[in-house]
Amino acid sequence: MKRALLTVTACALACAANAEAASPLVVQGKSLYGRYCLSCHGANGSGVAPSRKIGAGPGRAQQQQNAVAPTLRGVGALAADFYLRTGYMPLQKLGLQPRRSRVLFTQEQLGALTAYVASLGPGPPVPTPHPERGSVATGLHLFTDHCAGCHQVVAEGGYVTGAVPPPIEDDSSTQIAEAVRIGPYVMPRFTTKAISNRQLDSIIAYVQYAKHPDDRGGWALGHLGPVPEGLVTWLIAAAALVCVCMVIGKRLASRG
Amino acid sequence: MIRGLVRFLDQRSGTAPLVRKTLRYLFPDHWSFLLGEVALYAFIVLVATGTYLALFYQDSTVQVVYHGPYVPLQGQQMSEAYRSVMDISTTVKAGLLIRQTHHWAADVFIAAITLHLLRIFFTGAYRKPRELTYWIGVTILTVALLEGYLGYSLVDDLLSGMGLAIGYGVALSIPFVGANLASLIWDGPFPGQHAFFARMYIAHVFLIPALIAVLLTLHLTLVALRHHTQFRSRRATERKIVGVPLYPGQTPRSLGLFFAVTGVLFLLGGLAQINPIWLWGPYHTYTSTNGAQPDWYLGWLIGGLRLMPGWDFVIGKYTVVPNPFWGGALFPLAVFAFLYLWPWLERRATGDTRYHNLLERPRDAPVRTAIGLGVLTFIFLIFVAGSADRIDVLFGISYTAQIWVYRVMVWVAPVVVGLVAHRVCVELQRGELVERDRERAEEEAAVAAAGSR
Amino acid sequence: MGRARDLLVSGALLLAGRRRRRSEREPTVPPGASNPRAELAAVLLLLAGGLCAVAFVAVYALDRIPDQTQYLGLSLGLSFLFIAAALIVTGTRLVSTEEVEDDYPVEEHVTEQETIAQVVADSGNRLTRRRLFRRALLAAGGALGVALLTPIASLGPVLDVDPFYGTPWKRGRRLVDETGRPWRASDIEERDFYTAFPEGADKEELGAAVVLVRLPKNDLRLPAENAGYAADGIVAFSKICTHAGCAISLYRSPLFAPNDPGPPALVCPCHYSTFDPATGGTVLFGPAGRKLPMLPLRIDGRGELRAAGNFDGPVGPSWWGVRLRGAHA
Repeated sequence: MKRALLTVTACALACAANAEAASPLVVQGKSLYGRYCLSCHGANGSGVAPSRKIGAGPGRAQQQQNAVAPTLRGVGALAADFYLRTGYMPLQKLGLQPRRSRVLFTQEQLGALTAYVASLGPGPPVPTPHPERGSVATGLHLFTDHCAGCHQVVAEGGYVTGAVPPPIEDDSSTQIAEAVRIGPYVMPRFTTKAISNRQLDSIIAYVQYAKHPDDRGGWALGHLGPVPEGLVTWLIAAAALVCVCMVIGKRLASRG
Repeated sequence: MIRGLVRFLDQRSGTAPLVRKTLRYLFPDHWSFLLGEVALYAFIVLVATGTYLALFYQDSTVQVVYHGPYVPLQGQQMSEAYRSVMDISTTVKAGLLIRQTHHWAADVFIAAITLHLLRIFFTGAYRKPRELTYWIGVTILTVALLEGYLGYSLVDDLLSGMGLAIGYGVALSIPFVGANLASLIWDGPFPGQHAFFARMYIAHVFLIPALIAVLLTLHLTLVALRHHTQFRSRRATERKIVGVPLYPGQTPRSLGLFFAVTGVLFLLGGLAQINPIWLWGPYHTYTSTNGAQPDWYLGWLIGGLRLMPGWDFVIGKYTVVPNPFWGGALFPLAVFAFLYLWPWLERRATGDTRYHNLLERPRDAPVRTAIGLGVLTFIFLIFVAGSADRIDVLFGISYTAQIWVYRVMVWVAPVVVGLVAHRVCVELQRGELVERDRERAEEEAAVAAAGSR
Repeated sequence: MGRARDLLVSGALLLAGRRRRRSEREPTVPPGASNPRAELAAVLLLLAGGLCAVAFVAVYALDRIPDQTQYLGLSLGLSFLFIAAALIVTGTRLVSTEEVEDDYPVEEHVTEQETIAQVVADSGNRLTRRRLFRRALLAAGGALGVALLTPIASLGPVLDVDPFYGTPWKRGRRLVDETGRPWRASDIEERDFYTAFPEGADKEELGAAVVLVRLPKNDLRLPAENAGYAADGIVAFSKICTHAGCAISLYRSPLFAPNDPGPPALVCPCHYSTFDPATGGTVLFGPAGRKLPMLPLRIDGRGELRAAGNFDGPVGPSWWGVRLRGAHA
């Protein structure tokens, strides 16, 4: 109760201070934030240290969980746009890797929440990549250097100890750019010093290519290499040839 | 017309009696005897398509810059070997078809040998007088594994390059002499000199195919000299063979199988993409990708390598057994030792030194079936463990948890499977005895009823 | 002339499908019922096979066909399969598949075996010192065999494993990227990982590539033997995994520690050996039996990164002598 009172007072004061700066979008975002994000990310996106128990909430699994989340001050519209549009947030179950899942919000709500998080502190805006200006060849080279170790060279996803770097097939160019600049969960964070915007354009151009790459050899088997090839060997080729053997070697009706 | 030809040949070689005997050679009439032939025909496809590929491939590790038609590799540095295979895949007409057919044929070749080996093992066909035939066959399998590994490593793409590095790591891990052996093979530490690719090439296109051809000839000759085994039937006994003559009965069937195997392989070669090296890119020692796996017939080894807990066995400052040895070298050695020694082990354990021309059904030899299935379970579980990371990606089951489960299961499950298999065999045998008793009783009852009428 | 006429007539009769003049000898292949439907099926299948083969040549010749590999495979594969079907129909329905009996060959030929053994034994009946002769033969043969095998040692420096300890690094060597541009300390940011090579060296050597990461200085817990190896929180390790030699191209870099599966770690994609950069490359998970070799760094006057010495151990997978000595330039 006392905590709630303090929160309300703090909010009121903050609102009063920012009265002239708060647009309707930000206000709407703030109210959405209060419903969906506050219990983990704290008032004004201050972050929450571990150990506070929270129960069920909108978009969350129906059980007691330990709330813990980083501060959102200074993450900017870039981070909010990424996490919300992929459905990484709100997290179903705390402690597990955020995964692409259902998006709870309408376009308008997404805009509002993004505006609110952006208002919490100066941070990067939503990026505008231009993959059409990039080169797929340069992109493949850069992708192999920086990304293939976790995401697999044709972006089919992979494993790193304790986490699963996902396949990138469902990501838009903007989301790829956002992930590279954030480094979500255990992904490294690549700033413009490490990967310039022009280089990022090339990487995104390659990833878009990798969604439907050159499959001149036929059925692509998921671009995973020897494992599905082995399955085809046994479940299709060997099975077919054993059937042929059975047809050929059919025992004649015994003649005594 | 035929008479003229036969006369011509017999006058000049004297082989008419031999040909006549060969034409009437009897084949047992059961489909499981055709599995070895599937392997043989896959080998023929391999030699034919491989010869074609060898006319285009360059075994050179000299670095060049790519300026071919595949856009995503434009301007990239790669070896001439990789570029030559890129050219085969993109520029040479029908090149990709032949290349993919060759690779599918290799996978199917070893799968067919494995099926054939399973049939031989579980029916006891390796027993006296066919131990020699069996050992030659196991040798062909071992050599074929190496041949396939060398074949796809010649391409110098990212996946196979990583595989070569691992092969190097396993070679190094051989106690005492590993580094010396690796130094010999690679002409120094990895990645070695240009000569290493020349060695792989000569081994893959000449030395090993010649060896396989010789072994195959010996294998088939021995089979023919001692004749096939056969399943027991009313007419087939240890002394009497019953079957279909080679000509004209078996010939169209065997030829038909040859054409079917070739047809399936070419269909796969054209319709199912295999080893799309343009997607992987060229190999460099300082690059790697997630999800790299060897071809299926070496997958059991990657499982072995991943399951071992992380220690080098060290005494003082001497690294007596580096880690990769257990899963990469000792494990396959143990499996092959088991295969080679099995006929002798069985003879010692059962005291059975008689001649066997008749096969046993798996249920007729419960201990052999149990042990065989147990060993197979062991190998298979290790093989599956090698893909635990993709299972995590696909189904979300924690990789680290899987590794722990497999570490226990690979020892427990084979015992369980063996015991269950033994039980099933014994019960099936008992069931047959009961059936036979019942039939005899019914016959006697029928006779008695007819007699009293 | 008459012979040629006979050939022509019999050929024509064959093509017309009439039965040949029966030979006077008794048939060795037992006769069976004819099966015209199966004959028709076989002929049709053969024709289909032939057509597919022609299609293959056509597809081969036409460059403009997209998915050419697929059509080539389809046509050639089907050609073989149709012919296979024709042969199987022939084999199961058109030729005699009578099961015949025969005897298994004799188990062994005792007399011949004894004769052979006797001949071999008797062949030496002119020798007075058989054992000596035999031993001399063995010695000569064995020595010659060893001699013939000796040139195999030229394949590589089998007795010299010193190169296994060698790396192209030494004190003062600059760290450069793949294009040869020197790495500056200010380029290296936290939560990212970088690949570096010794300036002027062959990048493909196992001892060349290093992976760089920057950790908050408070998080570094380097052991005594690696004291001073970090430069402003930047640490460098061999990029080649000590398990089996793959390149370590994964960096597990947690954004928010309480929610993440572990500390920052360098991971190998082959068997997932996981190394902790904060403690000098110790193994956290996986089958690697040896820590990741660490390269000492320093920052020079221009802010560029240079090696302050060689690795703290040999690079690459372990072998018998990997712990006997250190790395050398």
